Amino acid sequence: MSDEPSDRDDASGEPEDGSPTDGGVDSGDPSADDSLTDRFAALPRWQSDLLLIVATVLGVYVFIAGLGLVTGLGFGGVTRTLRTVTFLAAAYALVVLALNLHWGYTGLFNIGVAGFMAVGAYTMAIATADIDPGATGTPGLGLPVPVGIVLGMVAAGLVGLIVVLPALRIRADYFAIVTLAFAEVIRLLITSGALREFEVLGRELGTGGGAGINFARLDTVVPSWILYRGGTIEQGTNLFGRQLLTVTNALGIERTLVENWLYTLTLVLLVAAVFWLLVRTGNSPFGRVLKAIREDELATKSLGKNTDLVKIKVFVLGCAIMGLAGIVWQGRNGYVDPNAFLPIVTFYIFIALIIGGSGSNTGSVIGAFVFIGLLFEGPPYVQRIVRQNVDLPRPDTVYDGVVALGGLDPLPLLGYVVGQLPNIRFILFGAILIGLMIYRPDGLLGHRNEPASPIDLRRERPPTAGPSSSARADGGESDE
Amino acid sequence: MSEAERSDVSGSELDAVSDHPLSVSNVEKRFGGVVAVDGASFSVERGTITGLIGPNGAGKSTTFNLITGVYTPDSGNIVFEGEEITGLGPNGVANRGLVRTFQIARELSEMTVLENMLLAFKGQLGESLWRSVTPIARREVVAEERELLERVWEILELFEIDHLAHERAGALSGGQRKLLELSRALLTDPEMLLLDEPMAGVNPSLEKKLLERIHELREEGYTFLLVEHDMDVIMDNCEHVIVMHQGRVLSEGTPAEIQADERVIEAYLGGEV
Amino acid sequence: MEIEAVRGRVSGLSWEQRFGLLLVAGVVVMILDVIRRLAVGELAFTTLSTFLWRGLVDGLLIGLAAVGLSMTYSILRFANFSHGDLVTTGAFTGWTTAWVIGGVGVTDIGTRLLINADGSSSARELDLQIFAEPLAIVGGLIVAAIGTILIALAIDRLVYRRMRTAGGIPLLIASVGVALALRYVIVFFYGERTRGVVRSSPRLEHPAIFWTESIVVHQFVLVVSAVILIVGLHLLLQYTKLGKAMRAMADNRDLALVTGIPTERVILATWVIGAGLTGVAGYLIVLEQETLNFNTGWFLLLLIFAAVILGGIGSIYGAITGGLIIGVADNLMLVWISGDLTRVAAFLLMILILIFRPQGLFGGVETA
Ligand SMILES: Nc1ncnc2c1ncn2[C@@H]1O[C@H](COP(=O)(O)OP(=O)(O)OP(=O)(O)O)[C@@H](O)[C@H]1O
Ligand SMILES: [Mg+2]
Repeated sequence: MSDEPSDRDDASGEPEDGSPTDGGVDSGDPSADDSLTDRFAALPRWQSDLLLIVATVLGVYVFIAGLGLVTGLGFGGVTRTLRTVTFLAAAYALVVLALNLHWGYTGLFNIGVAGFMAVGAYTMAIATADIDPGATGTPGLGLPVPVGIVLGMVAAGLVGLIVVLPALRIRADYFAIVTLAFAEVIRLLITSGALREFEVLGRELGTGGGAGINFARLDTVVPSWILYRGGTIEQGTNLFGRQLLTVTNALGIERTLVENWLYTLTLVLLVAAVFWLLVRTGNSPFGRVLKAIREDELATKSLGKNTDLVKIKVFVLGCAIMGLAGIVWQGRNGYVDPNAFLPIVTFYIFIALIIGGSGSNTGSVIGAFVFIGLLFEGPPYVQRIVRQNVDLPRPDTVYDGVVALGGLDPLPLLGYVVGQLPNIRFILFGAILIGLMIYRPDGLLGHRNEPASPIDLRRERPPTAGPSSSARADGGESDE
Repeated sequence: MSEAERSDVSGSELDAVSDHPLSVSNVEKRFGGVVAVDGASFSVERGTITGLIGPNGAGKSTTFNLITGVYTPDSGNIVFEGEEITGLGPNGVANRGLVRTFQIARELSEMTVLENMLLAFKGQLGESLWRSVTPIARREVVAEERELLERVWEILELFEIDHLAHERAGALSGGQRKLLELSRALLTDPEMLLLDEPMAGVNPSLEKKLLERIHELREEGYTFLLVEHDMDVIMDNCEHVIVMHQGRVLSEGTPAEIQADERVIEAYLGGEV
Repeated sequence: MEIEAVRGRVSGLSWEQRFGLLLVAGVVVMILDVIRRLAVGELAFTTLSTFLWRGLVDGLLIGLAAVGLSMTYSILRFANFSHGDLVTTGAFTGWTTAWVIGGVGVTDIGTRLLINADGSSSARELDLQIFAEPLAIVGGLIVAAIGTILIALAIDRLVYRRMRTAGGIPLLIASVGVALALRYVIVFFYGERTRGVVRSSPRLEHPAIFWTESIVVHQFVLVVSAVILIVGLHLLLQYTKLGKAMRAMADNRDLALVTGIPTERVILATWVIGAGLTGVAGYLIVLEQETLNFNTGWFLLLLIFAAVILGGIGSIYGAITGGLIIGVADNLMLVWISGDLTRVAAFLLMILILIFRPQGLFGGVETA
């Protein structure tokens, strides 16, 4: 990570002429004359991106905390919501980043995301489940958790390879249907009774069918690695664990809560790592080929790029990350079942990506936070707050509400609407998707100018900068 | 014209290869009922600007697409620098040093002009995924990028589109996009360039400059195959002209010979009116 | 020598042709195996005929719904992911009507309007079946068509019309948005509960006419309605100017535009016909299943896509045939695999066709 800023320093060292906004760089930005945005635009790219992400996350937090505290939800309730939001947003950010690699960068319209997550999570589950789980459980291989995680990612990548190889040349909308159908095939297979339990090389294994499968709780195992010697609570705390737990004990925070937060923070670090990896992937000649494939595959091929190979690599990498996301997100409780991988999950991820603006890693992370914090968790949160503060009637049906409204009492209908808030948010999702597609196809942030290069191209100026186009015609033609 | 099978490459044929890098033999391509190219054979001499002309729908672009691997011929074969390139696919052909531009410019519209140009270089270190993400190896990628960038600026200035460097390629005018495509093709370091109507939509002064540049490159040893509708351009600049009509090679020769050829005149009049 | 010759011929085939051969071989093997099982007595003839009959019923339903999807796919040029929810829309509008009519004097209007959302009544109480309440059932069928058409047209006006020039992928994404919004608007009014809305079908015993032991009247009604609609569609497409324009546009939209076909009017007709048939399909699906849920259509979407793709996108007859194939295959597969895997087989078949034969089983886009 250390040489990342130095790349940028090189880049920002050159254009000290103080006018980074001439040329076409910021055209289209309506508020470019504002001095604050000016200064923001003058930052190196990684700094401005980080600032944008931090600002969004803080914005979402302040909104949640503010709303909660003002309406008397209490400190406990607010922190619980914040933890849920942080966890979910981090998990989403992971998949959204992977999807952005597929669709945003390369134009591979993969709507089978849930399927690849399922492969990751189930492989991990089968690999780490107890060999002998007792009468009702589903047996697994009993391997250590890290091995399971790696296997899960590898399996998701391999399944990605199987999907992408035959599908390299088909149209984008067919690719969409193929990936969705594949994800459904995977879900139906793990639901099916046929694979509930089977034998491989004399070992009993299985998916557990509709009942799912139990394995080690990740939100206990991972914090244990951090807090305890040898990763198990029996051997006592390690140095870090002792100090942390002393502090939290003094504050009266329960140990499970500490572990939960540790797991969430680990996930945030994981997101940071994947973000870093994908930013580097994107900001490179490799990433340039990806964008070129998205724009026009034939033109890219005609420049001698082996687009098939690049597509395969990217698809497999993205699927592996999706597998990882399936593991750390859906598998956090040490339990997975097929219902966690319904196709709708894929569409949530799409909404998050589209909000942030596909094609931008920064947008992916922002989209994940906005989607989770405001859209997904927002309506139920508002419902909770309203119900805690106001005693609204809760009619069974909208009809009862309307009848009461006819009798000039709006409260029952209002109560019904509040009761329906968790469902109404799906209407909201739909409306947002439609609105974005019609009015802002580039996402809420608008089109982001993020040239794919290891150096910040936006700041590059011609070496012979000066009154251009006049002196060149005769002087500048020397080859070499 | 050597139209022999490639299986019996004789000594004299090898000589033919050395001064005729590209030869197309009996190539045929059908689209449903339409026979777009109907057994065309020709070869292009090294270090020349060869014109490929013919009325609309004669099969020129399809021939280009066959040579550059966009389509696979139904029959016949194409040899470049002594090696068969039929069925290699567009990237395979481009990597042999045979690079083309399109009749309708195919800029990468959401990418900036700089990105478009940087994409062109072959064999970039940073096109390998691991090198792009590994901390130490990435230094080389950055260094290479700086070098490439210098060459990009050079050529952008040459084509007078350096002021557009940060613009989205899709926002360029038609003529500017043609320039972008041609300069991008040059950056791939080709042996031979196939240009499909490179002058269409380019203003006259720029057209002149473009032709000058093409002549310079030819003197450096590049070979050009040029599709163009403007007869004056063809007659003034090409050493050799191939005329296609209804998917076949109707005639070929020097511009003067072509101008005098009855069949060519007839094809143009008959085809157009 | 001979083997060489065969190998030569095989390697001369395209992937597509090889895939076709493999598919045909697979089907032949399966038919032979069915015959063998019948002969050996592993498979009872009545079982087979039940599979086939159920396949026909399912196939007609999927086929009806697939026509609309195929038409919008080729004429509006996008994969409409809200199509399943049009099926649901038909089911809800239709059965609301059936309840409103059939429940007169039995239960209050609030319960009837929301198809028993409060759970205070039941299909048994209304005695909602074809013999007892023919008016309600037929009325529901008609309203299912009209209601779905109106909603589809409203959606087109609000969403798709603003995106006529957008590409297939933005439209596809917008249609996902439409699917979500539509589905949860339904949930807002009707709730999430799955409920029985029809009584079990009366049966007719008539061994002389029906090879199955008895005929389920609702299924019979369903098959007759579907066949009438398909014949009507055929007449419309073949013998009216509108039908010809639609076929032309499905074949080649750009060409049709040049030749001066009134695009918007054809699009309107596409929605009317497509959504009407889809709504009816949704209504009839519930008549057969007897239960109703807001996810009914969404869960069928991929099967409907499979039918469209099998038949070739843009081909109306192909969509119906594709539906029948999917329906029959889905049931007949039970001879070999367990019930929870038949869909896997259908989806895998669809994937293979998209990859190796994207123009569908019966060749190119021919709407004729
Ligand atoms: N992809 C295709 N599908 C069907 N027909 C095609 C296709 N490409 C070309 N054709 C047909 O092949 C014939 C030759 O077309 P081509 O584009 O090669 O002509 P051309 O010589 O480049 O003409 P122009 O001067 O107008 O560019 C035309 O009749 C054209 O309609
Ligand atoms: Mg042409």
